[in-house]
Amino acid sequence: MIRSLRLAVLILSLVLVARLESQDAIREIGFDASADLFKLPADVYLGEVAGVATNSKGQIIVYTRTGNPTVGLGNSRLFTHGGSRLFQFDRNGSFVREIGQGLYGFLVAHAVRVDPQDNIWIVDEGSSQVVKFSPDGRVLMILGRKPEAVTIRQAPSGNANATPSGRGGTGAPGAGGAGDQFVRPSDVAFDGEGNIFVADGHGANSRIAKFDRNGRFLLSWGARGTDPGQFNVPHSIATDAQGNVYVADSGNRRIQVFDGRGAFKSQITNIGVPMAVCVSGGSHQYLYSSHSGDKYGMDDATIYKLELDGKIVGKFGTAGKLVKQFGLVNAIDCRSANEIYIGELTNWRVQKLSLRPDLSK
Amino acid sequence: MTRAMTAIIGVLVFLTGYTASAQTKAKAENVPEIAYQSVPNFLKLPSDLYLGEGIGVATNSKGHVFVYTRSGDTRLFEFDQNGAFVREIGQGLYGFEFAHAVRVDRDDNIWAVDEGTNMIIKFTPDGHVAMVIGRRPEAVEGLVASAPGTPEPPPEPYVFSRPTDVGFDAAGNIFVTDGYGNSRVVKFDKNGRFIKEAGTRGSQRGQLNLPHTMAMDAKGNVYVGDRSNARVEVFDNDLNVKAIYDNVGNPWAVCISPGPHQYLYVSNSIPDNGLAQYRDITGEIYKMELDGTILGKFGKPGKQLGEFSTVHEIDCRNPNELFVAEITAWRIQKIILRPQAATATGR
Repeated sequence: MIRSLRLAVLILSLVLVARLESQDAIREIGFDASADLFKLPADVYLGEVAGVATNSKGQIIVYTRTGNPTVGLGNSRLFTHGGSRLFQFDRNGSFVREIGQGLYGFLVAHAVRVDPQDNIWIVDEGSSQVVKFSPDGRVLMILGRKPEAVTIRQAPSGNANATPSGRGGTGAPGAGGAGDQFVRPSDVAFDGEGNIFVADGHGANSRIAKFDRNGRFLLSWGARGTDPGQFNVPHSIATDAQGNVYVADSGNRRIQVFDGRGAFKSQITNIGVPMAVCVSGGSHQYLYSSHSGDKYGMDDATIYKLELDGKIVGKFGTAGKLVKQFGLVNAIDCRSANEIYIGELTNWRVQKLSLRPDLSK
Repeated sequence: MTRAMTAIIGVLVFLTGYTASAQTKAKAENVPEIAYQSVPNFLKLPSDLYLGEGIGVATNSKGHVFVYTRSGDTRLFEFDQNGAFVREIGQGLYGFEFAHAVRVDRDDNIWAVDEGTNMIIKFTPDGHVAMVIGRRPEAVEGLVASAPGTPEPPPEPYVFSRPTDVGFDAAGNIFVTDGYGNSRVVKFDKNGRFIKEAGTRGSQRGQLNLPHTMAMDAKGNVYVGDRSNARVEVFDNDLNVKAIYDNVGNPWAVCISPGPHQYLYVSNSIPDNGLAQYRDITGEIYKMELDGTILGKFGKPGKQLGEFSTVHEIDCRNPNELFVAEITAWRIQKIILRPQAATATGR
């Protein structure tokens, strides 16, 4: 009797908790989306859209994995080239031009960002390089060096995902050397003084590396792990107007917030698997974080809108291939807080999302 | 130098997973010959374009001909109903590496199946990418040599392993044969969402051993060319086995014509290994009723006009005007059938 009473109380309390949670459910933000923004020349195709960013004129820059990554046979080594391209569109989606045709560092696109001076920065996880272009598309600065050649690895039985090789591709997991020897870097951000922060990244390094505006190494922080200040694939990075650094620590399902010298400030943990983050412009800044919970982009995805202190404002979107659905969002541009662009890996497209706070529920 | 090249070639052999393909003589006997002729030089190419291996061919509702070829790069070309070159589609596409099939759906969307990137790509009729299924392995993983006999990892819903062909039912559901690595047929809804799959590697009923080609009838049944098992396995729309036709050799290419009376075409292609022992037992294409009744056959192996050199895909939108893509002749032939002239001894 007492036992059954206890059980009843337990069930009742569970129901009450569930009620409270549903009342506390995250608000759904209404939005419209356009998935056919671009008027591409007949012989230009987007592939996986790893990076998308806008400049101060509203022009849209897209860094995409397209074309065939190619291996050339050398004397005893294999050399890779191709596989990614950088395109510029005007604010209406008309094609403006290609930047960096045949560039040595374009292998596997991972991010593109535009700094306050409208310079264009790409991050390539294949060449392990960060390249800065002037607004008119000339190369201004290189960080990192492309591995000279690729080696062929014997796969462990039944496992094709061995550790990649090449410069920076080997070595014990850690913070990396004091310099720009990246291992599959993932993203880049800037503070108000022009300092450069590189998320590094997908490989053995698990760190954020900071450089001054001239590319001189200043410091780095982080190592592989789960403690505050440690990372498991720091996949995306953004800074706010105060120079705080927001790191999407995707494997640890959290966003970590640091000051500009790498001191841990806080973490945000209720936003799924953050694969792309963005901090909007303007006087009231918001943090957007894209969650991808499955590796196909078909089952579990949404984008969260947060205050900078981590409070969730709402969320929008689901996984899939239709318009308003998301297939592995790898980049968010949020120069304007309610008009954001996303780049998708598995849907080979950019979507422009117009948030409709008036339609939220 | 030589040693390095040998090593590289050895690795490439590993990478391609080459296996010798055995081909068998069809069990069917006393099949009437269907008279036919090949239209010479139907496709007119610009002087700076060359076809490579003829891997895929399909027509749309206007009679335009789409050719998916392993050229210097894998490329997709469109020709008009008279064979004049219209344009190239998908220049430098991320999903193009090693062509395997092209099909056109009822809305004239063009679908390419690429076994090099493990991707199915849907183009709108005007050549824009509308949807992709599957994902090219990220190049950053580098080159991985896998020893022969390495077991395939278990299939995942959206991960193909050298897929081979695609088809559609009236509801727009998408069916994919997958393939050289996996041994299954996969059903997706029209928005690319996984519904179900059937098949494991083997020779039992319902199993598959190199599902190389497929076609669908108007009722939504799926006819899979189970090539290494030398049979066509027919599945219903829910992927339950309905029937097996094992008397027409090793099906390299199958096609089902549209219209009120549908026909099934099956090519018992001569293997691409060039061995003379197969010359007298393969190379013919069968015309069948959907229930497996053989109506006739046509063709023999060879490199001349009207002979077949490892047919890899058939288009049969018009059941009496076929297009065939041939691997080892680097060409597309337009074949006119004359069923009225069919006799037991040929023309």
